[in-house]
Amino acid sequence: MTPGWILIAILALSAVGYYMGRRRSQFVAGRGEGGAVKLHSRPTYYGALAALACGIPALLLFTVWRVSEESIITRLVVSGLPEAVRALPEGGLDLAVNDIKNLASGNIVSGEIDAGMRAAADHYLRLRSISHGALAVCSLALGIAALLLVLRLITPRLRARNAVERVVNALLIVCSSIAVFTTVGIVLSILFEAIRFFRVVPVTDFLFGLEWSPQMAIRSDQVGSSGAFGAVPVFTGTLMIAAIAMAVAIPLGLLAAIYLSEYAAPRVRAILKPSLELLAGIPTVVYGFFAALTVAPAIRNAGEALGLDVSSESALAAGLVMGVMIIPFVSSLSDDVIHAVPRSLRDGACALGSTPSETIRKVVLPAALPGIVGSILLAVSRAIGETMIVVMAAGLAANLTANPLKAVTTVTVQMVTLLVGDQEFDSPKTLAAFALGLVLFVTTLCLNVVALGVVRKYREQYE
Amino acid sequence: MVHSEGGTAPVMAAGAGRIDREDRRTVGSPLVADPRMTCRNVDVYYGEKHAVRGVSLDIAKNEVIALIGPSGCGKSTFIRCLNRMNDPIEGCRVEGKILLDGMDIYDRSVDVVPLRAQVGMVFQKPNPFPKSIWHNVAYGPKIHGLAKDRYELDGIVERSLQRAGLWEEVKDRLDQPGTALSGGQQQRLCIARALAVEPEIILMDEPCSALDPIATAHIENLIDELRANYSIVIVTHSMQQASRVSQRTAYFHLGDLIEVGRTEIVFTNPLHPLTEDYITGRFG
Repeated sequence: MTPGWILIAILALSAVGYYMGRRRSQFVAGRGEGGAVKLHSRPTYYGALAALACGIPALLLFTVWRVSEESIITRLVVSGLPEAVRALPEGGLDLAVNDIKNLASGNIVSGEIDAGMRAAADHYLRLRSISHGALAVCSLALGIAALLLVLRLITPRLRARNAVERVVNALLIVCSSIAVFTTVGIVLSILFEAIRFFRVVPVTDFLFGLEWSPQMAIRSDQVGSSGAFGAVPVFTGTLMIAAIAMAVAIPLGLLAAIYLSEYAAPRVRAILKPSLELLAGIPTVVYGFFAALTVAPAIRNAGEALGLDVSSESALAAGLVMGVMIIPFVSSLSDDVIHAVPRSLRDGACALGSTPSETIRKVVLPAALPGIVGSILLAVSRAIGETMIVVMAAGLAANLTANPLKAVTTVTVQMVTLLVGDQEFDSPKTLAAFALGLVLFVTTLCLNVVALGVVRKYREQYE
Repeated sequence: MVHSEGGTAPVMAAGAGRIDREDRRTVGSPLVADPRMTCRNVDVYYGEKHAVRGVSLDIAKNEVIALIGPSGCGKSTFIRCLNRMNDPIEGCRVEGKILLDGMDIYDRSVDVVPLRAQVGMVFQKPNPFPKSIWHNVAYGPKIHGLAKDRYELDGIVERSLQRAGLWEEVKDRLDQPGTALSGGQQQRLCIARALAVEPEIILMDEPCSALDPIATAHIENLIDELRANYSIVIVTHSMQQASRVSQRTAYFHLGDLIEVGRTEIVFTNPLHPLTEDYITGRFG
């Protein structure tokens, strides 16, 4: 019986448990003296309780068994190997074990097949089939035992609903914590790589260095730079492009939201809002084309007409196009928030003789402010995390400049260029990407915390 | 038949015996000698729905007039016509004449913004702005430029809160949010907010339906005091309230104004059988 079939059998048993639990509850309810007794819970809850009792322990056993099975079997096989093989260094032993497993599953092996290996592979297969058989017997027996126990326990006074709800509650907690644990996992994985980087390059050099040039000589005879890992130019580039993007997106998005929610006729709104949201659906690569092929040359031509020195890849072009890209984030969310301001507040302002513009500026917008800040924050995160437009339109040169007409680069772009292609993972050049990622993560985290604080402050004041 | 002859005075049924239950002509005394507001043959449509049918009614100076009637009878729709709050509602159409001190408020030349300052409104659910108490009251005077400086504005705020009977309770915490007050205090804050722009008429759309009995009593006393300076139109579902606060009462039934008269007469000796059904609890 393969593990897949065992799983299906457990689930089937659980389904059977559901029906038996329900039948049992109806049976015990009908058996009381003087006709039917009132059950504590609806019959379906007794069924669900039986199904859960049948399924959960069996599935837990199944999971634990499958997780530990492989290492136990491998250890047993290794202990059965000849002394010569067991004396091999760790790498060699791993290779031998791998060969045995490949032989057992019919894959290609690395060397000649000898009788010892054949025997070990047979041993491995035998152990595995024993394990699977035992797993099937144990888990199904556990499920049946639990089911029988629950069926015995079912009385009209058993609080089945409360028990089922406790289990569902636990399930909900697990679901909500998965996202949290994923975040923790991501942070840890970045953190450990970044620590490796900081062993080579001091933290202060990284955080305060003014030159970014991550190319390292790979061979000793190679003519190349020794690498400079000052992250300041990269971060100023990120901030400048994000600032330009926000300077475009906040006013346009907010005004569009005000128009949509307050002034637009329903028919106009029905057309305009989806079209605005369409902007969010365009792949960023396409925005990149647009920035590189249309906006950047247009800016350069305009700059030349004014006698300015504009590079063909400029922060301005990338920032403008990125700003257009995030307009829907600001406008759509703000529109929802403004729409959610209660009608009664507008009526109140209107009844005092406010013009529509006064109503919006003095009553609706202040009331909607926390939500608007939230939408802007989301847009900022998008702007900082955006990569593709910048790669295509702003260039790769890490210039430390405040001039938006020059080429700059961003954190995300540098991470991409550092990690694309074949890289050795013990070079500071590659590890620098993780350090950048860590700092970026910390930056956006701080931004979120600050903005949450702002929102909470206003909320206390206004609601 | 909705109403018989165009602009002529509605039927006076004084002394008439039984009026036919199906007769939808207004009985009683809808018109007064020296009205502040005059409504003639007002019809309101929501798209196809004829929500108010040919209502003619006067609002006198320094009186409280109560509009009563079952839900959906058009009394809220009618009161919202008096300061053109129905304007922004999609598909809403108002016909007939409504005059405020002789000026047709639905005339093209009339600007709705100063009109709403003249005709204030208090809503069913207290709706203070999410601002401080001071800013709530100062909002109207500020947008209408009624005060030259902060000092004058402080004076208006204090006077309005005093008139609304809220000053003593909030004078030490004017900078706290208006939304943090209790329901009854919030409603008085909304009244103070309406008073701050110096209206002539105050419309109240079920102002006490969200309040407890003590807060309701507070508001009712306030309405009685305000009568000295303002005309008040109040929509209410509580017949006790109508009899306590109003001098005249108007009974609406399915969009028709059925009966108008002195409150004590409407409640003790109604002319129309429909009014009698309603006040004795035989209707809905």
